[in-house]
Amino acid sequence: MDLLRRISEALQTGSIEKVATLTKQAIEEKVVPRDILDKGLIAGMSVIGDRYKKHEIFLPEVLLAAKAMYAGMDILKPMFLKDEMPTLGRVVIGTVQGDIHDIGKNLVGIMLRGAGFRVIDLGKDVPPERFIEVAKKENAEVIGMSALLTTTMPAMKKVIELVKKEGLNGKVKTIIGGAPVSAEYAQHIGADAYAYDSINAVDCIRGLVQKP
Amino acid sequence: MRDVIKMRASGIMPQQEDVLGLQGIPPDRKPPKNAVLLLQQASDIFGTCARPIGIVEDISKDEFAEVYKGQSLNAKETPVDEIFRKAEDLALFAITIGQIVHDKINELFEKKELALASMLDSVASAGAEKAADLVEDHFSCWLVNKVGSSSTRAAMRYSPGYCGWHVSGQKKLFEFLRPEEIGIKLRDSFLMEPLKSISGVLIAGKKEIHTIKDTYPFCAQCETHSCQERVRALMYDSGCSREENWSKR
Repeated sequence: MDLLRRISEALQTGSIEKVATLTKQAIEEKVVPRDILDKGLIAGMSVIGDRYKKHEIFLPEVLLAAKAMYAGMDILKPMFLKDEMPTLGRVVIGTVQGDIHDIGKNLVGIMLRGAGFRVIDLGKDVPPERFIEVAKKENAEVIGMSALLTTTMPAMKKVIELVKKEGLNGKVKTIIGGAPVSAEYAQHIGADAYAYDSINAVDCIRGLVQKP
Repeated sequence: MRDVIKMRASGIMPQQEDVLGLQGIPPDRKPPKNAVLLLQQASDIFGTCARPIGIVEDISKDEFAEVYKGQSLNAKETPVDEIFRKAEDLALFAITIGQIVHDKINELFEKKELALASMLDSVASAGAEKAADLVEDHFSCWLVNKVGSSSTRAAMRYSPGYCGWHVSGQKKLFEFLRPEEIGIKLRDSFLMEPLKSISGVLIAGKKEIHTIKDTYPFCAQCETHSCQERVRALMYDSGCSREENWSKR
């Protein structure tokens, strides 16, 4: 539908007002809210993600598009029952205990929301037990952990050990990221995935929730 | 020598290409218009919110050997270990751009001003490097006063967490330097607060001592190999600011 394509295009240019206006218009024209979300907003962010991967656009443009997406989502949210937006999956994210860097983790949250995931952001300096507690409460499929210091990386291992101890292994997948972290380290501590940036995190998490 | 160096935010305003580089925009690409606009906004905020301050204190080789040893977690062979023994002068330093910028970044993220928050974070990171440059210049001036000007000598800085110097080395560095005086605290994880802070050692001596190979085992994990660029600037660029700072100021 032309209106949904226009929403997607407006989002790609980071035009907040246009996205908001077109989203309202779509609602007024009785377009199915799920279609506005999937074929308008998420479709737009998907194009943004692809263009970012190809280095056609850069971080500022991605984040401007994300802000436009939030503008549309805020209008759309009341259209869904119990304010519960349709979701690809629930992801608990946080910066591990001892670490207070959160820019990278915030970017992952933004991109995940843009891709249609429900994100529960625990913030920074998060104790291992808190990841488990919230993952259980929210029935999350994935726990995402970020660290920027070699000294805080061991906290990731603690979370993964707790996942196993609590019998969540297989039910709750784990993914790690951050400057000192690598795919080898992820494998070493038993994480299910490693992401090198926020866009890659979305791809990895999509893969994790689709795996049986 | 133990000096506290107060800086102006305007004096550590980073170059456009340094900030945009941190945003993933390569120097050979024309930056998008909206990125340049965001940079302008972020720079304005930085100019208002940054409270750059630094501290530097000279240290003997024996004292530094103890600081550098840290908790005995350094890589077996490191460039600093080789260089500092050949140095003529050493100083520990720390800088911060203050907590207000960090709070502002968080505030912008909460308001969903995502692109501006991210840009301000990059401005702050690049600004912190500039503040460290100014402290390095201050040290160079001190050296000129102490030993006279020289175009054959140079100073370079190294920080815990890089080049095989284990980040736990921060503990002893903090015990000696006590940068709490300028508002920098060390967490148990050896993370400095405010976040946009840099600490390390300034090593001064003949330019030749700064030659660093980038084939140590830990170099494989380094994405930038920026040491090579820094050394080249010292060795071959006769007009480089470091040399001017030492020889003329």
